[in-house]
Amino acid sequence: MKHAFYYKSKKFLINALIHIFLISVAATCLYPLLWMVASSLKTQDIIFKDISLIPQQLHFENYIFALRGEGFGRGFLNSVFYTALSVFGVVIIASLAGYAFSRLRFPGRTVLFYMFIAAMMIPVPASFVPLYVLLNKLQLRDTPIGYILCMISVGLSVSIFLLKTFFDRIPREIEDAARIDGCSKMGIWRHVALPLAKPVLAVVIVFNALAVWNEYILALIIFDSRKYMPLQVALQVFQGEFVTNYPLLMVGLTIAALPIIVVYLLMQKYIVKGITGSEVFG
Amino acid sequence: MRLKETLENYVFVVPAVAIFSVFYIIPFIWVFQLGLFDWDGISFARNFVGLANFKEILLQDRNWWQSMWNASYITLIALTFQNILAFMLAWACDREIRMKNFYRVIFFIPPVLSEIVVGMVWRFIINDIEGANIINRLLAACGFPNLMHHWLSDPKTILTTVALVHCWKGFGWGFLIFLAGLQTIPHQLYEAARIDGANAWHSFKKITIPLMVPIIVLVAILTVLGSMQAFVLIFGLVGGEFAGHTSVPVLRILASMRGSSPRFGYACAQGITLGVVLVIISFIQYRFSKKGH
Amino acid sequence: MLNFYITSFYNLSLRGKSPMINGRSMRVFFGNVLLGIFVFFSVLGCSSQRTEAKPTINVWHWMTDRDAAFQDLAKKYENLTGVKVNFELYAPSEAYSQKIRAAAQGINLPDIFGLLGEKLDFSSFIKAGHILDITPYMEADNNKWKDSFFPKALAVNEFAPGNSYGIKPGIFGVPIDIMTIQMVYNKKLFTQLGLDPNQPPKTLREFLNLGAKIKASGMQGLVSGWGEVWMIECLANDYAFNIMGKDKVLDTIKGEVPYTDADWVKVFNIFKQMNDSGILAQGIISMINKSAEQLFANEKAVFAFNGSWCVNVYKGMNPGLEYAAMLPPQASSEHPMVIWGGAGSSFMVNARSRNKEEAVKFLTWLTDEDQQAYLAQATNNLPANKRSLSKIPEILAQFARGMDFATHPNVWGVSEYSLVTEAFNLGIQSIIIGEKTPEAVAAEVQKVKDRELARKKAQ
Repeated sequence: MKHAFYYKSKKFLINALIHIFLISVAATCLYPLLWMVASSLKTQDIIFKDISLIPQQLHFENYIFALRGEGFGRGFLNSVFYTALSVFGVVIIASLAGYAFSRLRFPGRTVLFYMFIAAMMIPVPASFVPLYVLLNKLQLRDTPIGYILCMISVGLSVSIFLLKTFFDRIPREIEDAARIDGCSKMGIWRHVALPLAKPVLAVVIVFNALAVWNEYILALIIFDSRKYMPLQVALQVFQGEFVTNYPLLMVGLTIAALPIIVVYLLMQKYIVKGITGSEVFG
Repeated sequence: MRLKETLENYVFVVPAVAIFSVFYIIPFIWVFQLGLFDWDGISFARNFVGLANFKEILLQDRNWWQSMWNASYITLIALTFQNILAFMLAWACDREIRMKNFYRVIFFIPPVLSEIVVGMVWRFIINDIEGANIINRLLAACGFPNLMHHWLSDPKTILTTVALVHCWKGFGWGFLIFLAGLQTIPHQLYEAARIDGANAWHSFKKITIPLMVPIIVLVAILTVLGSMQAFVLIFGLVGGEFAGHTSVPVLRILASMRGSSPRFGYACAQGITLGVVLVIISFIQYRFSKKGH
Repeated sequence: MLNFYITSFYNLSLRGKSPMINGRSMRVFFGNVLLGIFVFFSVLGCSSQRTEAKPTINVWHWMTDRDAAFQDLAKKYENLTGVKVNFELYAPSEAYSQKIRAAAQGINLPDIFGLLGEKLDFSSFIKAGHILDITPYMEADNNKWKDSFFPKALAVNEFAPGNSYGIKPGIFGVPIDIMTIQMVYNKKLFTQLGLDPNQPPKTLREFLNLGAKIKASGMQGLVSGWGEVWMIECLANDYAFNIMGKDKVLDTIKGEVPYTDADWVKVFNIFKQMNDSGILAQGIISMINKSAEQLFANEKAVFAFNGSWCVNVYKGMNPGLEYAAMLPPQASSEHPMVIWGGAGSSFMVNARSRNKEEAVKFLTWLTDEDQQAYLAQATNNLPANKRSLSKIPEILAQFARGMDFATHPNVWGVSEYSLVTEAFNLGIQSIIIGEKTPEAVAAEVQKVKDRELARKKAQ
């Protein structure tokens, strides 16, 4: 009896401690978000004076003003478009390459892999200048395709690295089974490797979506036409040279943060337990 | 037969290599060779100076090495504090506890927020003059009034403050990747261990850690890369280089590109130096993981 | 083996709510949506390819606060002349500079654009053939256009005979506003401290003596964006001119006088004195300009060192703020106190533009009396046209009066090396936080200067 009580209370205590730990970290994460949302409902003159999280007057008209603003809606659609296509591209291309680096043999495999890794590490300062000139020569500057290709390229290194690491962990028995059953390499990639790598694919999707969604400097430099500008560029308009309209900036940032949170919510259910290996050991 | 198979294999990597060569390699070569020149970024004429830029960086540029030192400090704090925190949180969320999904979403909010917001908000939170001075107030409320400090204006504490905010922003990624990794450890291993009489700590040590080693190394490499190249946060929090205390390599590179006599070639040389250092560190980390396996 | 494969596949399909099938149909759906959007945008792109017959002038700028006013003026101009003017805003200013750089490399600059940067950058652009020499237009009709401007505003865009940049003398840019960088003080806080709100401190000694009083009352003294180092350089320069006079400062830049000279040490010492007296706000070297503006607008600081653009900022943050402008308090009476002032923003014409004449015509119209007055009213900036000064608010007029004492690095004809400036600014930051002495900083700055001079000789 005493044993059971001891274990029960110990378990309770440990759980309680874990919860306290989690909640305190969560609180520090929530506060800035709440501050951002609260600020978006304040006005310029009180935004730094009134430090409460729930402003006395809720200025919802800030949202209407920003949404009606120049290019906001179009910027939003553009961003969705670029993000979706870039992420789609990276997922396909990087998982193909990652699988190859992990499981296939071909000359130059190690060199190419290290090349991708090295790219992660060497910051190319002002790389947008040669990219600009390059795209100009290819007639792809000021086109969505040019921008998307650049974005795909940017995301390749980390994605390939992540995917290869996870593909390495897939037990070979499953693949052997599939191969014996006559599955082609492409087939194995599609029906075995990808499903098993769902958790890391989710990470890759979130990572690239975030990177493309938040990107603005390359977009600003490559695009001349306002109609191609993504959301982040439209938002910068609120950050003037001398006057920053803080409440409107916060509105913009809040609205910009929402889709990524949605993507994350969609993806994180794929990071579920029990996908691999249980059958192998059974 | 062999040839056909090899060609088949190549198909997998061709798209990646193709896009990469055009959009990364070409700019990279352009920048790389620029490190050998002295250029102001605008004129169409450039001066070839050979390795003079690199020599200057290695031997004379004290600001550069200070910035590397600062970045290493931030990276060290990230590797320890941030990643241990991320791991603990991931482990806690891996178990069957209530509100698990809620936590998983909340912890990912810092990485999602733009760095402008993060810098602004934390400056507001910590700053005792223009901001809400929350940290100091909390300390006083908890009974530690003598720990109150000018966190963002004291040269002794400023770098650590920046490093901690950087950790706050970054732990979400480590958390996500660790969580994904923990999910791929099969249930049955733990159950088998429990049946054999191992307690929680034992199974953690013998099952979790060894299986997570490649992921830990992955996260460590990504952390080093991310932290050594951090800089946007510093603008929001501190406004600049604070007499050199919060210089980081990317800020130095930007400084070389601006100013009254910009030195683009020098900036490229700095970028390459940083890259070489990062490559060496990551290589060591990677080999270390291979050996341990 | 077969069983393994089948069971795992089966389990997978069931477990994640048939992800395989779901995944595929999701992808197909997604793909179709994307295809649809892609087609939509391509059509959109196609339809705008049709170019018009009448010329369009493209203007790139970074001035967010003025974009609305610019758009209004563009419409007005189109109604007047039928020429369409397209103002494109690219913000923030850092991103704008990068865009200009990239476009310069790709030889793709618009008809009219502004340059953010210093005289050396300006000269590089001219040498690369990007900027039109507008001296003939300025001097036409007996200097009609030229004379409409404040001479100091024009001087920033001019290259004088014998300049060290190697540019042939002439005017290359059109100023559209002027600005000065001075100090401001809060009248209400003055009264609270028991001081006369109409008598700001005139000498450095008076100013420093206020430090203890301000600290005791819990307020902050001087705020300024000294995290952004150029503001430090600005004030240091003001005092340098005050202490040793213009010629000696220029000689130092030219390399003839070392920074270890006693007068320069005096300049560095001023910052130490300011720090010791408590007149500087806490954490001033971690402030960006916007934080400093916030503090002054929220009446937490008594003094601020800022430019005339601050009028617009303060108005937005605290319309009831009672403040006035003043010159930085003099350190010495040997030479006059000097502030930075001149053209705030200027526009240049692309030398390779196909619509050069139209562009120049537009700029002439833009800088005309009425348009300048309109811009000044709408955006609270000082006009560059000297005939437009009549209807500006009093506080702006105070800033405008500062133009009499103004100079600007772009008119000196010489530029200091960036590494030296950087060592100078970072050194002053170190003095303020008490890590280095003025003498040590002077020696360090001179060391960097010597190195740069040696490098120049070697080239």
